Order: sequence, then C-alpha cells, then structure tokens
Amino acid sequence: MAHWQHRLAERGVDRQLWLLVPALVFVIALFLYPFFYGLTLSFQPTRGGPFSDYARFFSDSYERGTIWITLRIALPAALLNVLAAVPIAYRMRGRFRGKRLVTTLLVVPITLGTVLTAQGLLNFLGPTGWFNRILLATHLVDEPVRLTHNYWGVFFSLVITGFPFAFLLVLSYLSGIDPTLERAAATLGADWRRRFTRITLPLLMPGLATTFCLTFVLAFSVFPSAVLVGNPAGETRVISLAAYQAAYEQYDYPYASAIAMIMGFVELVIIAVVLAARGRFYTGSTGGKG
Amino acid sequence: MATTTQAPPARPPATSTDRRRRIVARPAAWIVWGAVIFFFLNLLGVVASVLVSSFGQRWFDTWLPDGYTTSWYARAWDEFALLQVIVVTLEVSVLVVGLSLVIGVPAAYALARRSFPGKRLIFLVFLLPILMPPITYGIPLATVLYKFGLAGHMSGVVLANLVPSVPFVILTMTPFIEQIDPRIESAARMCGAGLRTVFLRVLTPLLVPGILASAILVLVRTVGMFELTFLTAGPDSQTLVVALYYSMSASGIRAQQSVDAMAVIYTSMMLVLLVVALRYVNPTQLVAQVKDEPEH
Repeated sequence: MAHWQHRLAERGVDRQLWLLVPALVFVIALFLYPFFYGLTLSFQPTRGGPFSDYARFFSDSYERGTIWITLRIALPAALLNVLAAVPIAYRMRGRFRGKRLVTTLLVVPITLGTVLTAQGLLNFLGPTGWFNRILLATHLVDEPVRLTHNYWGVFFSLVITGFPFAFLLVLSYLSGIDPTLERAAATLGADWRRRFTRITLPLLMPGLATTFCLTFVLAFSVFPSAVLVGNPAGETRVISLAAYQAAYEQYDYPYASAIAMIMGFVELVIIAVVLAARGRFYTGSTGGKG
Repeated sequence: MATTTQAPPARPPATSTDRRRRIVARPAAWIVWGAVIFFFLNLLGVVASVLVSSFGQRWFDTWLPDGYTTSWYARAWDEFALLQVIVVTLEVSVLVVGLSLVIGVPAAYALARRSFPGKRLIFLVFLLPILMPPITYGIPLATVLYKFGLAGHMSGVVLANLVPSVPFVILTMTPFIEQIDPRIESAARMCGAGLRTVFLRVLTPLLVPGILASAILVLVRTVGMFELTFLTAGPDSQTLVVALYYSMSASGIRAQQSVDAMAVIYTSMMLVLLVVALRYVNPTQLVAQVKDEPEH
C-alpha cells in the first residue's frame, strides 16, 4: 500500500491533488455531463434514425444558411476588433499624460450591455437619428442611410461591445513584450517599420491569436443583438437563434441539441485553425518589463 | 491569420531617441487618434441618444425632444418591478462569486504549483467552457437542469452561471499564485502548519489582491451574462439583463422611453462595478504580469 503511494508521489500524484477535486466534480457535472447528454439527445430525434436531425438541419437551406450568416457577421467583426486594437494599443504603450483616462474611456463600453447598445444604435443610427440628420444636413446623402434592422446594426453592436475587450487583451500582451528587444534592434540600425514587422509583431502574434479566439467566441454567440438591432427573420438569423427557436418555441430538444452541437463544432474548427496557425510562431516568454 | 497583410501605420523611419517625447505627432499618429476620436464621437452619440430619450417627453422627427421629465424612471421602476429584479441580480451575483472562488481557488493552486500526469488535459477541460459560446452548452445544460427540477428558479440560474465563472477564476488566479515564492509555504510547512493552515493563514492573505480581482471580474461578467440566465431563469428569477431583454423585445407594449430609462439604470450599475474593479485591477496586467514602471 505504502509502496504504491510512494510510486505515485514520485510522479507528482499525492494528497494535495484533492484540491482539484471540487472543481473537477463541478466541471464534470455541469459541463461535460450536460454536453454528452446533449450529444446523445441529438442522436435520438423525435422522428427518424439517429442522424435525421442533422440531416434535417443540413437539407433545409434556411437552417443551413444560419452557419454562413453567423460566420459572415462574427469573422469580420472579430478581425476588425483585433486589427484596430493593435495600432491603438501600440500608441498606448509608453507613458504619457492622460493614459489612464484614455484606457478607462476605451474600457467603459464594456458596461453598456446589449440592450443599451441596441437602443442607442436604433436611436442614433435610425432614419430620424442624429447620425442621419448630420449626413442630411451636410448634404452627404440625399435620403437617410439604412443602418439598423439589418446586417450593419448587428455588426456595429459587435464592434462596440467587442472592441474594448480586444483592446484590453492586446494592450496587456503588448506591454508584456520586453522593450529592450526593440531598442537592441534600433541600435543595430533597424528602422521603425522593420522593428515592428520583425520583432514586435512576431512576438505579439500568439497574443493576437488568443485575442481573436476570445473575441470570436463573443461575436459567434451573438443572439440578443441579432434580435434587437438586426433582422432576426432574414439577414441576421444567426445559428444561436435557430437553436433557441428549436428549444423554446418548438420544444424540440433533440433538434435544438443537434443545432447546438453543430454550432459548437463550427466554432471549435475556427478556433483550432487559429490556434494551429499560432503554433507556428514563437510561443515562449516575451520578457516583460518587470 | 495572415501575418504580413496587416500594414503597420506608415510613418517615416525614426530612431528610438526622437521617437519618444515628441509633442507634434506624425501623420500615422493623427490617423490612429482620428479613428479613436471618430469611434468615441459615435459611441457618445449612441449613449447620449439613450440618455436624452430616457429624460425626453415626446421625441419624433426633431433634433431634441419637446420637453424633459423624470417620470420614465418612476414608470420603469414600477412597471418592471425593478427592486425585485435588482435584488435577484445581486443575490445571484454574490452566490456565483462566492461559490466560484471556493471551488476555483484551490484548483488554481494545485494547477499552479504541481505537475502531474494529465495536467494538460485537465487544463483543457477547464478552458473549454470559456472557449465555447454560452448557447452551445447552455441549451443542453438547461435541458439537464430542467430534468432534475433545478431550472426555472434561482438555483438553476446560479448553477448555470457557475459554468464559465469557475474556469475564469482558475485562469485568472493561476498567474497570481505562480508569483508567490513557494519557499514561503515550505517554511510554514516546516514550522508544522497543515495544508489547511497554510491556505488560510499564509496564502489567502497574500492572494487577497488576486482574489479581489477575479471576484470583481466574475461579478461584472455575471451581472452582464445574458444567455445562461435567459435559458434557465423562471419568471421570478430574472436578472436585470434578462428583464431588459424581455422589455425591449416586447416593444410596442411599453413606451420606448421607459426601456431607455431601465437601460440607463443597468448601465449605471455596471459602471459603478467597473470603476470599483479598475480601482483594484490594472487592466493591462490581466494576462501578462507586468510591472508598470517607467521605461528607461
């Protein structure tokens, strides 16, 4: 008995690992079990063979199209948020007066919440809103631009809620890169552009990939704003809406689970591609300032 | 992701000595700050239009409303039973924060300090709930919770919100724990302290900043979490976000201004939470532990 415990302890398994048990029990009971329950449920449709709910989803172009609609909203929004965050965070690296104020201002949109964003976008970008009024008053357009209850409304709401988040992450990855590396390159005669593309950017890429993944998860699960500022019956009928309708409007849980599984699968494929690409960059320590 | 297509802001080559401490910015800096200002102007428009509307009397096809009133707030307060909704929101958030800390911190400790077979797998399992959109696991989770009779009231909402919160605590606490010198614990163990004593008397006081940081972040996340609460809440266990969503998607029944007023109440609550959070957490130190010291 003692011998066996000793062998395990040599490999790092001992009583301290009991600390992990509550969290593991919790993850198994509330995440893994429901997930596999949903998976098996999705193979037990109310009618037909085990795969008929999946077949039903992919054979119906209205349902199948939700995947494309979701990706068409989520990918550009996540990409824009990450790419826009880089130059801004790059400017915010040094110390200057008002840095804390600008950081706080950039972070505040996190507090807005979907509904205030939605109401605000409807008021501000709507046909009689201030945005269109200014465009009309300055004769930039002849009639109001339609920016709500369509693709653009949802896109803007994803930018407003996603950008502060992406910015925070990029800023913290960027300040984790040791500035002496760039200074060393500068003494060797590298100009600004080369220092950025050859040193900072490669070191930042893993962080950018993580940021992209997290922003993409946020954008991919867009649901309330697709209903409130989008056109939930057509242009912005995202996949989470399809899953929700199957579960809570048709009470078809097997079908809803099948859609949720498809949704999770598509999302994980994108993340896996991004993380695999990330593996091709340097992933070690980036020095840090402290 | 493409690495080379993203063009760095163009600006003439500069040496590092003249790069810093310049007062007149270069064109690229103007473009960046111009974009930031444009973003803020529009954001200001979005927020201000809701604020103005929540105080406005009648506002149709004009620049500003006809008159101003505070009655929408009173109406929102009564119509949506906001007191009860806010109490539920606070109860849910406090429970979620407390439980996720109790479950998450010990696990973060084990993951930060020990190496053992299967550690990477366990880490991945904890990462998954954060990497998946809430709807994907929320629907099966709600189905299971309804099956066991746990959904439709508070316990279901709390359990569902714990799913992303516990992994979040584990991931934010691990770097904090790694910063603490393990010799401190060894010394305590040498002096005869058991694991429990080490935890309560030595580690917890040292970890207070980290615990506060992740507690506040979990609080902000929980107050703002829509999907999981939406899927598991019953009529008397709605949090503020969900109540807001219902009041807005059922528009036409209620005056738009009272929804605006309610959205303003929600945002002010979140703003207070965030200001408190920023007091304790330096947002740039969340992923990389960096000391914010002057460059030399």
